Amino acid sequence: MSNVSVDAKESAQTDKQPQDNTRRRFLTVATSVVGGVGVVGAAVPFVASWNPSAKAKAAGADVEVDISAIEPGQLIRVMWRSKPVWIVRRTPETLEALSKHEDKLKDPNSEAEQQPAFAQNKYRSLKEEYLVLVGICTHLGCSPQFLKNGAFEEIVEGVPEGFFCPCHGSKFDMAGRVFQNVPAPLNLVVPPYQFVDDNTIIIGSEAEVA
Amino acid sequence: MSGFLAWIEERIPMMRVANMHAIQYPAPRNMNFWYVFGFLATIVLVNQIVTGIWLTMSFEPSAERAFASVEYIMREVDYGWIIRYMHSTGASAFFIVVYMHMFRGMIYGSYQKPRELLWVFGMFIYLALMAEAFMGYVLPWGQMSYWGAQVIVSLFGAIPVIGPDLVIWIQGDYVISGATLNRFFALHVIALPLVIVILVFLHIIALHEVGSNNPDGVAIKHKKGSLPESEKTPYKIHEYYTDKYDIADDVVPFFPHIVLKDLVAFCIFLAGFTYVLFFAPEMGGKFLEHPNFEIANPLKTPEHIFPVWYFTPFYAILKAVPDKLLGVLTMFGAIAALFALPWLDRGRVRSWRYRSGLHKVNLILFAIVFVFLGYLGGTPQENWKIIASQVATVLYFGFFVALFLYSKNENTKPVPERIPK
Repeated sequence: MSNVSVDAKESAQTDKQPQDNTRRRFLTVATSVVGGVGVVGAAVPFVASWNPSAKAKAAGADVEVDISAIEPGQLIRVMWRSKPVWIVRRTPETLEALSKHEDKLKDPNSEAEQQPAFAQNKYRSLKEEYLVLVGICTHLGCSPQFLKNGAFEEIVEGVPEGFFCPCHGSKFDMAGRVFQNVPAPLNLVVPPYQFVDDNTIIIGSEAEVA
Repeated sequence: MSGFLAWIEERIPMMRVANMHAIQYPAPRNMNFWYVFGFLATIVLVNQIVTGIWLTMSFEPSAERAFASVEYIMREVDYGWIIRYMHSTGASAFFIVVYMHMFRGMIYGSYQKPRELLWVFGMFIYLALMAEAFMGYVLPWGQMSYWGAQVIVSLFGAIPVIGPDLVIWIQGDYVISGATLNRFFALHVIALPLVIVILVFLHIIALHEVGSNNPDGVAIKHKKGSLPESEKTPYKIHEYYTDKYDIADDVVPFFPHIVLKDLVAFCIFLAGFTYVLFFAPEMGGKFLEHPNFEIANPLKTPEHIFPVWYFTPFYAILKAVPDKLLGVLTMFGAIAALFALPWLDRGRVRSWRYRSGLHKVNLILFAIVFVFLGYLGGTPQENWKIIASQVATVLYFGFFVALFLYSKNENTKPVPERIPK
């Protein structure tokens, strides 16, 4: 055996032909590529395990709400995907007041996509009377407070009702539209929802367009 | 005994490392009290690791049990309260000593060539420490834990296109939930401590490679053969340093000289630390915020949301900008500017002792602005504070801009060749 290897060494030394590295290079590249694919594949479970689990997704399912007991001017909170969703039954006066302060709003016509197409209207709702909003400030995720019966006047002069975020002072009107000169960049989100009948709302999905 | 030690030394270089990094490590003899904070930070790190291990023995990382298990630690585990307060006070103490340590580096120019990487490793430790502290603060699952997490995690939502999906991925749910708490627990007790310990190791290795700076910013290592025997240190210094350089008579061995000085500082530190531990562990709501004594409630935002005091300067910068994405970018820019300090300072004189009056004013103003931003970010929103935080943000960045501009042709004093007697 040792004789053979010595012979091979000698022949390699005497052989002045340049070494052909093509095969070696091919094998190096091929091994690296296959190994790289393996690393990416192995990373998938670690990255994907951070996604919401099946349980969390199930908990994020649609929510049915009975709205028959809401008094005019009242706000109720329900949980949808663990987020607070507000349902406000607006009075005719509230609806009327919406058009009076549009010059103070950032996006009075709801041009930014913060609502399903059905709610891109003056009242940001399916039915004028009922306002449905995700009660989380679009700035940094705090939940604004509902100030009514003139309490909002202290925040914005001439506007009797609205939502005020205690974290960084963002202000929203009774359609969830954001006022100017506050940190929140966008109007409050209107979640997808639909009316099953006059007294029941389903939050989480929209009616198919007929 | 010596035979046994030799037996070990032939198999693993215990004494060689001890000599190289402590007993025969050349430390400048003019190191003053500003040089104790690295040592103190190491002590606090050990405190955090030990108390942290003990806390995990009784803590339950779930949305249902976390808050109650912290109460259990405080009320029913023998000495649980002291271990938890050591951990929570240690977190604030960590940032106090780290901020002092960083300011030391700034006034004596310890980030300048050849210590740029040393500074960058330090900044990475600071970043990892912020992530570690933030996630630790979420674990008790109080109101401020929850809403603080909400604010910080939603910062990532400002990233265009991928932002909203990234937030869901980080949270592991559509909101901050038990899933978030569990992963933060894993990162807080395993991943980040490992990262921090490794970074501290690299920080010290880099320090010992380039050598410690000192209040005069004068080099203690000189070119091989440039010093006469009479000017070389009489102390035994490790060959690792003497083979490459002539070490001037300006040094003392790290052990015992510097260690003894550090121990004096440690005693003073311990007096302050134990005072807080026993008499003011909440520090008037600054170290442990009052809303956190109420369990997390996703439907009720606390009236005021503040991060813990050590984040408030950056929080004030975030709030100063009226645009979400720009605010987030400005806040991260404030940290990035610190990373870039070794390259923004174009001066070649390190210590402020020999730099211009302008530089001294700039440094002191920066410190004042930083503290003022901390005040603005940690107190309730008022109208004047919006303008004030905008002005302070401009001044914060102004420090770096001014430094970049004047440091090129700065009017400095002559720096002595050797540490003045």
